[in-house]
Amino acid sequence: MLQPLRHLLGTEELTREQITFFLDQSKPFQEFQRHPLKKLATLRGKTVALAFFENSTRTRISFATAAARLGADTMNLQAESSSLKKGESLLDTVHTLEAMRPDGIVIRHSSSGAPEFVARRLGIPVLNAGDGTHEHPTQALLDALTIRDHKGTLEGLNLTILGDILHSRVARSNIHLLGKFGVRITLCGPSMWVPRELECLAPNIRRSRRIEDALEGADVVMVLRVQTERLHEPALAADEYIRNFQLTAERLKIARPAALVMHPGPIVRGLEIESAVADGPQSTVLEQVTNGLAVRMALLYHLIGGAPAGTPHPAEG
Amino acid sequence: MRVVEKRQLLSAQEIDRTLQRVAHEIVEKSAGAKDLALIGIRRRGVPLAQRLAKSIRAFTQIDVPVGTLDITLYRDDLSTVGAQPVVQSTDIDFAVDNQDLVVVDDVLYTGRTIRAAMNGLFDLGRPKRIRLCVLIDRGHRELPVEATFIGNTIQTSDTEIVEVRLQEIDNEERVMLVDRVP
Repeated sequence: MLQPLRHLLGTEELTREQITFFLDQSKPFQEFQRHPLKKLATLRGKTVALAFFENSTRTRISFATAAARLGADTMNLQAESSSLKKGESLLDTVHTLEAMRPDGIVIRHSSSGAPEFVARRLGIPVLNAGDGTHEHPTQALLDALTIRDHKGTLEGLNLTILGDILHSRVARSNIHLLGKFGVRITLCGPSMWVPRELECLAPNIRRSRRIEDALEGADVVMVLRVQTERLHEPALAADEYIRNFQLTAERLKIARPAALVMHPGPIVRGLEIESAVADGPQSTVLEQVTNGLAVRMALLYHLIGGAPAGTPHPAEG
Repeated sequence: MRVVEKRQLLSAQEIDRTLQRVAHEIVEKSAGAKDLALIGIRRRGVPLAQRLAKSIRAFTQIDVPVGTLDITLYRDDLSTVGAQPVVQSTDIDFAVDNQDLVVVDDVLYTGRTIRAAMNGLFDLGRPKRIRLCVLIDRGHRELPVEATFIGNTIQTSDTEIVEVRLQEIDNEERVMLVDRVP
């Protein structure tokens, strides 16, 4: 029996069954992206509040497009909008949004735990679109969908994650999700970004100091964006990062021949990844974007669709 | 509420005979089966459409394409149910534009499934014509929908359920009339 899912706050608290359910449910929506007419009326009359307290382009557009393709309306709150600048508290802002009677709320916030804080106080489903350095669950689900499409299964794969693992909510959500499927995970990056504590996130995690060792036997290589604001002398210079950790075509040869190269975007070409690799045949970067729509449509359909709050909820059956 | 089996409406042999007859009717009324394609509605319309295509091939040597349509996202009762029904895939690997489509389902009842199916098909293109083929028409329509090709018409009360059981899905082959009793 599948556990009910009211909110999507992180992949850490999802069961394998729930993850598999949503990956399976994303399949018909993947196929839907190829339809000539990409407009359903399934969620007609429903409203999704998109509350992006932190800047976002791709995730916000992806959620907005997913909602639109399901026939739902969206109300948009963007980081640069005035009320946030005027010092309104998070709680006051979301209560204001709630007063406009949305059927669900998608939240991105720079503070870890903000979506959970909101979920405890509002009566509508909350979907986490990235919170601080905590989680970005829809990214991990779309990554898992992409991996499963190519490899047939998640079970027993070798994954290597490159970059700033410590500050990456994408890495954290992926580690929690894939760890549940017995994926063997290797973390690699500058030592200050790959502290020992990360090994506790899932079983089967190891850290590697040399990228050449980290890539050995990898089925999937996940490259994280280097947040340039975190690069500064003398702690770490860009050229040093490139020399030691950039995924180049030459280094990619160390991984398994059909290894996938994934990146959550936005890519900084020539820094964390060589252009030829980002555009190469093993890259799934754009496929990940398309899969993001499918995953978010499946989630919105199950979490926000159906009878209003109070009645038994989605994915329970 | 309990469900009791009242009687058998069709045996395996009768289902087969009915489908053979309907397959002939479809070909006769389709101007040589040019542009003809069958669309099976999930779930039990799918094996029925495949069987119809098979018998059309047997007596005309024409290969009629068969697609599978899932109508879940087009249902009109989604905002009234608690748990959202699981979405299945739609699998139509040919363009429906200008095709002469026959939608196939097991039982025609309220007509709401067929309304949903037509919406789904129009999202895929603009068919030249859509007709409907059902194994059983049991009445009680709530929408102005009628079938072009009907296996059997039966009278039912609205507490009754017509259960089509097919080998491919149910591991048995017959049509039963069952009743819900308090």
